[in-house]
Amino acid sequence: MSAHVPHLIVAALILPAVLGSLTLLLLRHRLDASRLVSLGSCLALVGIAASLTMHASSGAVESYALGNWRAPFGIVLVLDRLSAMMLLLTSVLALAVISYAVVTGADRKGWHFHPLFQFQLLGLNGAFLTGDLFNLFVFFEVLLIASYGLLLHGQGAARLKAGVQYVVINLVGSTLFLMGVGLLYGVTGTLNMADMAVRVSEASPGDQGLIAAAALVLTVVFALKAALVPLHFWLPGAYAATTATVAALFAIMTKVGAYALIRTGTLIFGEDAGTLAWLTGDWMLPAAIVTTAIGFIGLFAARTLRDMAAWSVGGSMGVLLSAVSVFRVEAMGPALYYAVHSTLAGAALFLVVDMIAKRRGAHGDALTVAPRFCQSELLSGLFFLSAIGIVGLPPLSGFIGKLLILDGVRAAPEAAWIWATILITTLIGVLAFARAGSRIFWKSASVEGTIPVRALRGRWGGAGVAGGLLALLAALTVLGGPVTAYTGATAAQLFDPQQYIDAVLGPTAGGRR
Amino acid sequence: MTMELLVASAIAVLTAAGVYLVLRGRTFPVVLGLAFLSYAINLFLFAMGRLVIDQPPIYDKAAEAYTDPLPQALVLTAIVIAFGMTAFVVILALRTYLETGTDQVDGHKDGEAQP
Repeated sequence: MSAHVPHLIVAALILPAVLGSLTLLLLRHRLDASRLVSLGSCLALVGIAASLTMHASSGAVESYALGNWRAPFGIVLVLDRLSAMMLLLTSVLALAVISYAVVTGADRKGWHFHPLFQFQLLGLNGAFLTGDLFNLFVFFEVLLIASYGLLLHGQGAARLKAGVQYVVINLVGSTLFLMGVGLLYGVTGTLNMADMAVRVSEASPGDQGLIAAAALVLTVVFALKAALVPLHFWLPGAYAATTATVAALFAIMTKVGAYALIRTGTLIFGEDAGTLAWLTGDWMLPAAIVTTAIGFIGLFAARTLRDMAAWSVGGSMGVLLSAVSVFRVEAMGPALYYAVHSTLAGAALFLVVDMIAKRRGAHGDALTVAPRFCQSELLSGLFFLSAIGIVGLPPLSGFIGKLLILDGVRAAPEAAWIWATILITTLIGVLAFARAGSRIFWKSASVEGTIPVRALRGRWGGAGVAGGLLALLAALTVLGGPVTAYTGATAAQLFDPQQYIDAVLGPTAGGRR
Repeated sequence: MTMELLVASAIAVLTAAGVYLVLRGRTFPVVLGLAFLSYAINLFLFAMGRLVIDQPPIYDKAAEAYTDPLPQALVLTAIVIAFGMTAFVVILALRTYLETGTDQVDGHKDGEAQP
């Protein structure tokens, strides 16, 4: 392997950390300069993530010991296929979102958008890379603290109200996270996830109950981040109240919860955990199925397009986690493919909805019949495409993702439930988006007059960004072969945690049996 | 044995008080509840390194046994984060009160019927 890869791993953390602080300290009153820095940082992160993904696609697991303290005593960053994939997804999404914020001027509505954005990326990248459970908590806090600031960006009463609820529920979640980490440390005496996996597999029968309790406490925390029923109540309010740019970025936030569920579920509580093997999946699966149902049924209860986007993000998390929680290698690959798809599709939908809302004057994004608005032809096309994407119809990648998930879960005993839920909710989603589209575009087309718009920033640029995201969905379809090969190999790697353990602890120390 | 019982019940009482307060309707009790929860967790993390008396946490030639230093570092980190977050929530709650005219967590005006 090339010598620079280990340093690229840590560069994915240092770059946003340093640039975020510098923007805050030196460029706080210079919007143009901070925009340049932010865009540059996101571009560089795409480059870094792409080369890390290239490296990880060879199947190697890289471990980077911070300060050269050897695992399990120091903190390690670990790069495997899954973390590389999530890094690439984060950086591509971040580039799209920051471009949208710059062209539409959403970043000038409040203070410190760009530093907060960089800190958010620091937290996300750190959570995906770290190999240490307590460090995962710290990076969760970093990304949450930044997300509190971003959520409140631009302020306003509704946003503050949703902000209080979001902050309080996440603080309670952090408390629970510490409780789970503390329990695991008390039993295993380590915080390094690879070391913990070894210790859990060797745990005495008397400790199994405590480990099971810790596993389920952690599952609750991660399910809270992933907005799994019954812990989903924060999601519609928070996503619908914040600016569209931030909501689009938050499409990755729920995936952090999913990532943590996948990582701990396969590595620590995986098949080597003895009687505890896969215990988290039994609890997650019913919740995931109900999440899918509630998310898509919620589309009918929504009165605004923004609410619809928020509910559909929740529903797609349900689909993703249904496939994850059967914990089978043939279902995990499709789940990861769908995770990439649903992040990009959710973000695209939020951006399109924002453009529609900005052009409809007083009607905003409410599902009302209103006169025509500027660029309604272009936006109706974009809305149509992003609705196809999020619901999962051909030709975009959601269809392939759902099809592969249905195929992947076939051997699971709960397959009938998952099939029924996914198929029925897809139909519900189609109906709900068709209803919304026909009311906003079709019925509105016969109303006399047009809605005048005030000076509108980035009239074409915003559409370009959303179009770019939709083009990525198309690319996911066209390149379905290579992408599913990568996600399939990722799943295989996840279900063979010995590779990860060897990379972190060294081949001799990590022997499990 | 007494010490274990004492620490365990302290954690239990703090957690119970915290959970009760977090479920209240107004922001101020909720903030207090979060503080109680974080105290409980700090004690809990500390106890996860086992309760040991009169032992050094780091290398000492004369020492025969050690207390676990790692939970102490964890607690320190948790205290810093919880402290910062409490300050943030207080400001956020204050701002919300000034902006919306109510300090109910779910944004209802005082005296309004709760659905």
